Amino acid sequence: MQVSIYRYNPDVDEAPQMRDMALELPKGRDLMVLDVLERLKEQDPSLSYRRSCREGVCGSDGVNMNGKNGLACITPVSAVAKRGKLVLRPLPGLPVIRDLVVDMDQFFAQFEKVRPYLINDKPPPAGERLQSPEERAKLDGLYECILCACCSTACPSFWWNPDKFIGPAGLLQAYRFLADSRDTATAERLGELDDPYSVFRCRGIMNCVNVCPKGLNPSRAIGKIRGLLVRQGV
Amino acid sequence: MVTQATSLSRSGLSDFLIQRLSAVVLTLYALCLLGFFLVNHSIDHGSLTAFFGAPSMQAFSILAVLSTAAHGWIGLWTVGTDYLRPHYFGAWASALRMVYQAVCGLVLFVYAWWGIRLFWLVGS
Repeated sequence: MQVSIYRYNPDVDEAPQMRDMALELPKGRDLMVLDVLERLKEQDPSLSYRRSCREGVCGSDGVNMNGKNGLACITPVSAVAKRGKLVLRPLPGLPVIRDLVVDMDQFFAQFEKVRPYLINDKPPPAGERLQSPEERAKLDGLYECILCACCSTACPSFWWNPDKFIGPAGLLQAYRFLADSRDTATAERLGELDDPYSVFRCRGIMNCVNVCPKGLNPSRAIGKIRGLLVRQGV
Repeated sequence: MVTQATSLSRSGLSDFLIQRLSAVVLTLYALCLLGFFLVNHSIDHGSLTAFFGAPSMQAFSILAVLSTAAHGWIGLWTVGTDYLRPHYFGAWASALRMVYQAVCGLVLFVYAWWGIRLFWLVGS
């Protein structure tokens, strides 16, 4: 199999380039893209990428595979390779540190903006802050995000304004706390989102939904935030 | 919160609502015009003047002109702030954006002024 990989070492290379490597795939087995990267790294130990759990939980190995973002560890080669060729690039829109490793600072800066933690101004109870099963069910599809950045880096609005638009991952988390019955900072949180960029730069093209490796729906969460803003502001 | 001096209302929510409401007005206006042209087979200066000169149609037309200006500004402002950025244009981005916004503002003002004048005077 032919694998075309984005290579860039800023200490050595003047510009990034796509480099072709060949790999013999085992017959009758379908490897994950991360397995391919591991085998290529045996050929060339200078190849750099992030990985950790190798089972789609840690979110470290988000890459762009034949044009679509996803996690290398849970994406079978057969699902992405076209005409026997696998093309691997770093997640688009973020600065490249080296090869497939990107600088996630902008992504996490936006995540931090939404204050992704519970805010409750009431005195803490002796035990836990309880929720009904219905209230807890509202968090399903929101809390599962692993912050792999596949969605935000597939979003043109995030490419154009990564310093102002929070992006689908951050907004999913914003709604996760807006929807939480134990959080008391709803009005404050919404007030921080009512500008022309933070939420409203989403044009609803749903690339985020298309690429999320956990099957989450940031577009729906963004729609719900808009709904809350309308209800609060009209 | 990100602040913006040149967005129509400075509020993302207000711009969002204005853009959608103006889109509804323009859709209804387009359907109204389509209905007029489908129903009236012989269209001449007299029938057009009578149609656009009716007070209700004058008000609707002026509302459509204002909706075009508001809708246009929000859309063009969004396009400009997406593409005219320091990433592409370096230190010139802000100057370029100001010129772009000034040109868009001027064009939309001329459209609005011309449209309002035209519909105000029609039939008089």
